[in-house]
Amino acid sequence: MWDLFLSHYNYWIVIFLMMIGFYIVMSRHNLVKKLIGLNIFQTSVFLFYISVGKVSDGTAPIITQDISRYSNPLPHVLILTAIVVGVATTSLGLALVVRLKEAYGTIEEDEINDMDAAD
Amino acid sequence: MSVHLPVLQVIFPLIAAPLCLLVRNPFANWLLATLVSWLTFAIAVLLLLQVLDAGVITYALGNWVAPWGIEYVVDELNAFILVIVSGIGAVVMPYAMRSVSGELPDRQISLFYTMFLLCLSGLLGITITGDAFNVFVFLEISSLSSYALISLGRHRKALHASYQYLITGTIGATFFLIGVGLLYMMTGTLNMKDLASLLKPLSDSRIVLAAFGFIVVGMGLKLAVFPLHLWLPNAYAYAPSVVSVFLAGTATKVSLYVVLRFIFTVFGFEFSFIGQPLGLALLILAISGIITCSLVAIFQIDVKRLLAWSSVAQIGYMLLGLSFATVIGVQASLLHIFNHAIMKTGLFLAMGCVFLRIGSCRLEDLSGIGRQMPWTMAGFTICGLSLIGVPTTAGFVSKWYLVLSAFEKGWWPVALLIVLTSLLAVIYIWKVVEVAWFHEPSDAVKAVSEAPFLMLVPLWIVVGANIWFGFETSGSVDVAAAAAKALVGTVR
Repeated sequence: MWDLFLSHYNYWIVIFLMMIGFYIVMSRHNLVKKLIGLNIFQTSVFLFYISVGKVSDGTAPIITQDISRYSNPLPHVLILTAIVVGVATTSLGLALVVRLKEAYGTIEEDEINDMDAAD
Repeated sequence: MSVHLPVLQVIFPLIAAPLCLLVRNPFANWLLATLVSWLTFAIAVLLLLQVLDAGVITYALGNWVAPWGIEYVVDELNAFILVIVSGIGAVVMPYAMRSVSGELPDRQISLFYTMFLLCLSGLLGITITGDAFNVFVFLEISSLSSYALISLGRHRKALHASYQYLITGTIGATFFLIGVGLLYMMTGTLNMKDLASLLKPLSDSRIVLAAFGFIVVGMGLKLAVFPLHLWLPNAYAYAPSVVSVFLAGTATKVSLYVVLRFIFTVFGFEFSFIGQPLGLALLILAISGIITCSLVAIFQIDVKRLLAWSSVAQIGYMLLGLSFATVIGVQASLLHIFNHAIMKTGLFLAMGCVFLRIGSCRLEDLSGIGRQMPWTMAGFTICGLSLIGVPTTAGFVSKWYLVLSAFEKGWWPVALLIVLTSLLAVIYIWKVVEVAWFHEPSDAVKAVSEAPFLMLVPLWIVVGANIWFGFETSGSVDVAAAAAKALVGTVR
């Protein structure tokens, strides 16, 4: 039981972070906190890809003579792309929060919902 | 040159987007965007003709051979979707000039065209690529640009709608990413064809099942499947008119294409429909979506919101065809993708004309608008009839095939339901038609005149398409049939 838990520790970290992030997105009303949750959620997926690419006893994929085991670099490259996407999403989200604050005077979603309903 | 058509399809709008940002002149930007959108449409039509003539086209990006390199694959299905997306882009662009300058401040106009072209290239990229991770990248290009486009709306609710869409859309895209990661973990490949062959022996794997769930639910969020649709009505209602037109016609269709591609090509018919109760799940979601959202649409007082709710209901019809998992069912679904694209585009185009003239789409402000803007509202009425599914319009054809496919399965209650829910569409379209044509015009309405010629021409091209494809069904039906056979027929 413990062996299963410990040998797959990377998945447990990923699932733990993923659920924290997802819970924050769903439960918080503060728009910035929601974005933070979204970031944690995305980061857990990045960790998932990166840990999957690791080959045990493998080294960095640079060809030299006396090494024959390399980690898989492809997931890492994929995640570079996904990180860029994540940064773009966060910055766009924060820009929207700034505009929302200017337009509504608050960043609490329930207050914004009330104002929307009153319109 | 013609060898490179698949990549040019995506590259042209992608390069034109930053050019728009450099040339910050509204007219020059509009000219560039229009030319590019027509060019991409021409390329899409050429690709479709090539595919129908000579079969599947594959293109290795940068000459890196698949499965290591990224591969673009054009078959009947995605050539059909490419034509729809780029066609709507091409129709919307001439319309955009007056509509955008009427709704946005001058300094934002260049940004609008930049975002629009990025969104177009993202949608085309999702459709054309044969690489699972590439789908995610293009998905995010199109999504990020559409969040920005929606937030350009004049009302502050547009900002909130855009934020909600950003949160939901990102969760959807991240779910998709998890799914692709799990598939990569199991197979070590991202190429869809390669995935399909490597996944065959793995159909009992829990991990593959989890990947299937993540991908279908993730795309379901982007597709606005009932009950994951809550971002859609506000996003469409408060976006600038041109954005509503474009997104309503294209964005959800492309997401549905991704779902089709994954459940039929990557996971395969047996895994999706025999191993899993996907058909039943989609059937239940489709039916509850159609009924609920049509009822909600009836009670809307803003016409753009009404049309947005009706869009969610129409997505239900597309899923209904898919849930039958037969060739004719998928054909009906594809036909409805096409027909819904042209009718909803027409309806939103008409509302954009109205919004330009009276600055509102609320039902009470529209009273008697038909007398002042007869061409616009006549276009709205014809597209509305098509939405209902009246014979001699395009909408009838896809409803007809849906009913046929329900009967083929022997599910007559579903067929009855398709007809009955069409009556709900009669109610909400009639509400608008009644106010626009039979109510006395208010003073504000009496002051307005017909929409500019440059906006009426695209509207009437779309209206013409609605009637043309109602009579001359061979074109759209044959292509949809070929695509459906390629999807369902071969895997069976």
